[in-house]
Amino acid sequence: MITHLLRTVGRRSLAVVAGLGDFAEFVVRAFAAVGHARQLRKGVARAIHQQGVRCLLVITVVSLFSGLVLGLQGYYVLARFGSAGLLGTFVSLTLTRELAPVLATLMIVGQAGSAMAAEIGIYRYSEQIDALTTMAIDPLGYLITPRLLAALLVFPILTTAFVLVGTFGGYLSGCCLLGLDSGVYWSNVHSAVRFVDVRECLLKALVFGIVTIAICCHSGFTAHRRTGASGSRAVSISTTRAVVFSSIATLATDYVITSFLV
Amino acid sequence: MIAPLLSVTGLHKQFEQHAVLCGVDLVVPRGSIVCLLGRSGAGKSVLLKCLAGLLKPDAGEIRFEGQTGKDLRKQCGYLFQANALFDSLTAFENVALPLEQTTRLRVSEIKEAVMSALQNLGLEKFANYFPAQLSGGMQKRLALARVLVTRPAMVLFDEPTAGLDPLASNAVFSMIKEYREQFDFTAVVVTHDVPPALAAGDRLALLENGRIQFAGTPAEFVASDDSVVRSFVNRDREWTRIEPRMDTNGRE
Repeated sequence: MITHLLRTVGRRSLAVVAGLGDFAEFVVRAFAAVGHARQLRKGVARAIHQQGVRCLLVITVVSLFSGLVLGLQGYYVLARFGSAGLLGTFVSLTLTRELAPVLATLMIVGQAGSAMAAEIGIYRYSEQIDALTTMAIDPLGYLITPRLLAALLVFPILTTAFVLVGTFGGYLSGCCLLGLDSGVYWSNVHSAVRFVDVRECLLKALVFGIVTIAICCHSGFTAHRRTGASGSRAVSISTTRAVVFSSIATLATDYVITSFLV
Repeated sequence: MIAPLLSVTGLHKQFEQHAVLCGVDLVVPRGSIVCLLGRSGAGKSVLLKCLAGLLKPDAGEIRFEGQTGKDLRKQCGYLFQANALFDSLTAFENVALPLEQTTRLRVSEIKEAVMSALQNLGLEKFANYFPAQLSGGMQKRLALARVLVTRPAMVLFDEPTAGLDPLASNAVFSMIKEYREQFDFTAVVVTHDVPPALAAGDRLALLENGRIQFAGTPAEFVASDDSVVRSFVNRDREWTRIEPRMDTNGRE
């Protein structure tokens, strides 16, 4: 009984370690393919459209409502302590240091990451990845590298957009709806956000971008390795795993980065 | 004897405990069409994938033009059973893909090569169509155009007639024979269809129990005493001999 339990735990642990090693190799090989991949600009432009342009609307809407809610909640909480004037500080710092990188990442994963995992999974099952190999084209260089490079650009830009629109949302609820002086709000925003906050925000966006897009791509790329499922079922499982693992990885990485930078 | 373009010696491939290839020896003469026959699950596609570099053999040697260790992917084209066309790319973009990604040709040269390949296969009017907008036969030709645009020395066909009726199967084999003459490539065709393989193939190889049970010309295949070969030959003879069904009144 105990031997069986130890064996099962051991087997699972080894599988997890092997999976992490496989993932690390996948990411390293995808970045290494920058050296030999052809027509990267075209691929990166397409990936920027998929990750960036298509997600812009959802990012704008979510950031506006996040800012509105932060403005409302923040105003009433701060008003209890007679500090409603600090709303600009509260909204801008909350968004810059924490909410914007995390929420923007979760939105991009939901919108573009899941589509990416499904698309690559279908490439795998319709033998298009094998076809690339038989044509002497590196599948990682053609399919994965442009997406990772695009993430390096898209995530910081969309996170910045999230901060700006969210801060404006805070202004709408705090100043336009609740009557806080707009000069006070914006001067607080201006004085509260320092260079280190922006750096933390952009660093998080970069790391989240690489981690989540790599997870989504890897999940689709290895869809054929799902045990107990194949074809469309395996693609659907891969897509779900991509979103779940990316979300968990985002929050876990957020904790690690924050604990180092605070 | 024509010098072999490809020779395979003692090829082994095993998946976990299941041995699929157990010492395959095969010679593919330059310029020939070699049809690889065998039952379902005999390992024909596994052998083809080993030749294409999609699977790594556990043991054995693959010599291309007498040399081992050559990157066969740059010498071979591979036509997949389901064509494996990129459905988000147009016919033109599908054919242009290997040239864009593996050569340093200029855009104008790529355009010329792609349009020439599409024209040769009668698809020039469909350059801007997506694969889903083409018929099954046109998709097959498009996949062949994508393979041939890089002028490979050898083309590997993985069950190109799977799921097709006998007339369509014959048409596919005629197409392979016609384009072999036009583009001067060597072909290895995995198939279940014995009659078109006998008609179009220069050599036939029968894979059984992980080994090549028979290799020879179509005439030698038909005349063979080997029981497995006979079962393949007789199977198709029996099919062609089926009498029309009569009802109780003797009507067809």
